[in-house]
Amino acid sequence: MQWINHELYIAPIDAYIDPIKPVDKAIITHGHADHARPGHQKVLASRQTIDIMKIRYGEKSATSFQSMEFGKPLRINDVTITLYPAGHILGSAQISIEYRGQRVVVTGDYKTIPDSSAQAFEIIKCDLFVTEATFGLPIFQHPSPHNEINNLLKSISEQPKRTHLIGVYSLGKAQRVISLLREAGYDHPIFIHGALEKLCDYYSSERINLGLLRKALVQDKETMKGAVVMAPPSALRDRWSRRLMDPIICQASGWMTIKQRAKRSGVELPLIISDHADWNELTSTIDSTEADTIWVTHGREDALVHWCKLNGKNAEPLRLQGRDEELEI
Amino acid sequence: MKRFSQLLVTLILKTSRNDKISVLSEYFKYTPDPDRGYALGALTGTLSNPGIKPSLLRTLAAERIDQELFNLSYDYVGDLAETVSLIWPDTAAYKEKLPSITEFISKIDRTPKAKLSALISNFLDNANSNERWAMIKFATGGLRVGLSARLAKTALAAYSGCLLEDIEKVWHGLTPPYIGLFEWLDGKTSIPKIQHTRTFHPMMLANPLNIEQDFNRLDPNDFQAEWKWDGIRVQAVFDESGKQLYSRTGDDISRAFPDIVGELNGKAVLDGELLVGDNFKALPFNQLQQRLNRKSPTKTHLKDYPAFIRVYDMLFYNDDDVRDLPLKIRRQKLEDWMKRVKNSRLDISEILDFDSWSRLAELRTEKADTLGHEGVMIKDLQSKYSPGRPKGPWFKWKRDPKFLDGVMMYAQRGHGRRSSFYSDYTFGIWRGNELVPVGKAYSGFTDEELVMLDKWVRGNTLNRFGPVREVRKELVVELAFDSAHASSRHKSGIALRFPRINRIRWDKPAQEADTTETITSIM
Ligand SMILES: [Zn+2]
Ligand SMILES: [Zn+2]
Repeated sequence: MQWINHELYIAPIDAYIDPIKPVDKAIITHGHADHARPGHQKVLASRQTIDIMKIRYGEKSATSFQSMEFGKPLRINDVTITLYPAGHILGSAQISIEYRGQRVVVTGDYKTIPDSSAQAFEIIKCDLFVTEATFGLPIFQHPSPHNEINNLLKSISEQPKRTHLIGVYSLGKAQRVISLLREAGYDHPIFIHGALEKLCDYYSSERINLGLLRKALVQDKETMKGAVVMAPPSALRDRWSRRLMDPIICQASGWMTIKQRAKRSGVELPLIISDHADWNELTSTIDSTEADTIWVTHGREDALVHWCKLNGKNAEPLRLQGRDEELEI
Repeated sequence: MKRFSQLLVTLILKTSRNDKISVLSEYFKYTPDPDRGYALGALTGTLSNPGIKPSLLRTLAAERIDQELFNLSYDYVGDLAETVSLIWPDTAAYKEKLPSITEFISKIDRTPKAKLSALISNFLDNANSNERWAMIKFATGGLRVGLSARLAKTALAAYSGCLLEDIEKVWHGLTPPYIGLFEWLDGKTSIPKIQHTRTFHPMMLANPLNIEQDFNRLDPNDFQAEWKWDGIRVQAVFDESGKQLYSRTGDDISRAFPDIVGELNGKAVLDGELLVGDNFKALPFNQLQQRLNRKSPTKTHLKDYPAFIRVYDMLFYNDDDVRDLPLKIRRQKLEDWMKRVKNSRLDISEILDFDSWSRLAELRTEKADTLGHEGVMIKDLQSKYSPGRPKGPWFKWKRDPKFLDGVMMYAQRGHGRRSSFYSDYTFGIWRGNELVPVGKAYSGFTDEELVMLDKWVRGNTLNRFGPVREVRKELVVELAFDSAHASSRHKSGIALRFPRINRIRWDKPAQEADTTETITSIM
């Protein structure tokens, strides 16, 4: 396909998808920092992605914003752009671009299992499928998130006097874990680190049920005994967490699959809750799109490219800059 | 296996000592015999490996997944047990109950070799990933979950209320599944009886000396000093019914040293340094290495490198446990015993004459090169023989290290906590225009430096040979080492004792690293 290149630049409309550097026209899949950057002229995205960008970077983080509804096509010249839910976080979109009878779908980040804090993923048939591969190795077979939440609840009931301090990324993971806890019937107030506040408020305003949240203040460490406290992973190892009383360190992430990795980051209770597709989701989604060309980005490209070739598809890795796994959710 | 896998997962993730002790106590409390005894044996490394080879697991994985996908995964995870347990298709069928530890061992034992892979796959099919991981770790041996045998025994003491010291005293006389031990711990019987001159006894170890702190507060008159020999620490355990030599970790090395074992007379447990050389004149360590590399020696080895023990302590005098007597008395008993009982391969360690720490400092450097020792040992004359590494009574004061600049040539993955990092490095020095390896180092750097080294290795790989990567010959590292010796086994002709990384010279060009000539000049 001549009209889209490896930097995800769409020539006929002079626009980039999730560009790393400021550009004139950007189409943004979702609000995570490795996809949404400030400083573009015109931004096209879902309403919620635009809201999130404004919360994180300010009202003027782009010269102009244009929001799109899921499933409603937008025609510019001969190009048709449509957003479909990616199931990754609130407002996250796959971008479908049709031009001269061909369709390209760029997933951004995605997962296909149900999540009540994000719109459900949809399969879009296409000719070229640009997929992420954060967990693109067959060792990643994520267990059911309910299973992980049960492990957390079990640990809380076994050690009712200790604080469970959970490392979560501030956008998406925090709200998903809270809503999973609520669905499992956990109805105590949940304490959140200041860095999570604005985005939790935003999710609540979008009618995601997060229940009663309280700000986690160090002076309240007595009241937080026995409670669930959420903080960004960086705060797990800094002074802030050391001032809590003997917390059990937990972290919710797909990386927690690997025990040595959990151990190295000092996590005692790993919760394998991922907002990215695991190996089985990646491969079955690729099959379902019926695309014959696959571009793989964002993670362990080699294994997924190899799998595609084994299964008779054309595949290439896109080594996009700035998609750093440590920034990843 | 279910409960054991939960135990292992908790042990590997918990960082606090107390948490580890409490999960272990719980496990011992609620797990029946003989399961808990086998688990204890696996955790402390006393249970012999059930005999499943890692290659069997690789083969099983290869039947289920494309080889390239497996290799990429293994490269990413770094640990075979973890890779196989994660990559194994999660059937979630769990039709059959998992075996208990005891059933697991006996089924593997009773199954003919040709049917082992079917048995193991069936176990793995009926387990979740944590259970698969625990079973593979257990079946291949070497759990590496960050638990010392000492901590396991501490948990036994906490669980039972028995004294840790008492557990240590009988420990090496007992074997898995430790039925007698648990009967005693549960208060059903008295402490198990051990034949002391038939078993290994844990050794007492010294701490490195801190010159400023220790010398200011210690009186030289309270201490005895000896040379620190560069051999291997051994324990000779012998009576009329048997004679054994054990390494520091309790491995029986008798077969490798028939020249010593055959000459042991009397009844005692002795602690000393095993060395090679004629007439008790110790040769450098790499000559001893020739003997250590073989399970049993050839005639030439026996002739060229005759072994002897330089004895420095005594644990049992006949049947008498002398470990609780002060060193001063033990030494007298040892001298007395050595005079009475003829042993042609035993030599008593010399006591150094000094009246001040500064005099000892002179002695330490004076004869280091002519005698070939590696420093001095300083021991409190009142000290009991206490197993482990108690703080205070014994010190080792090594000679000052030497340094060289080497170039990294190869890197290999580490183990356990470091298994996803390239943490074991081979370094070389120049011989003309050619780099020749002089030694391996895997310590001396911080965690942050390890991350940087690992990144450097991955970004500068030239070739891969299984777990080993050959790297660009560009990174210079300053190595510290105790001494250098001629060696026919190394291409460079040089072997380093205790090489470790002193600092990484990111700035230094490889061309400026050391040469074989400069090292030969300090040998
Ligand atoms: Zn994302
Ligand atoms: Zn991303």
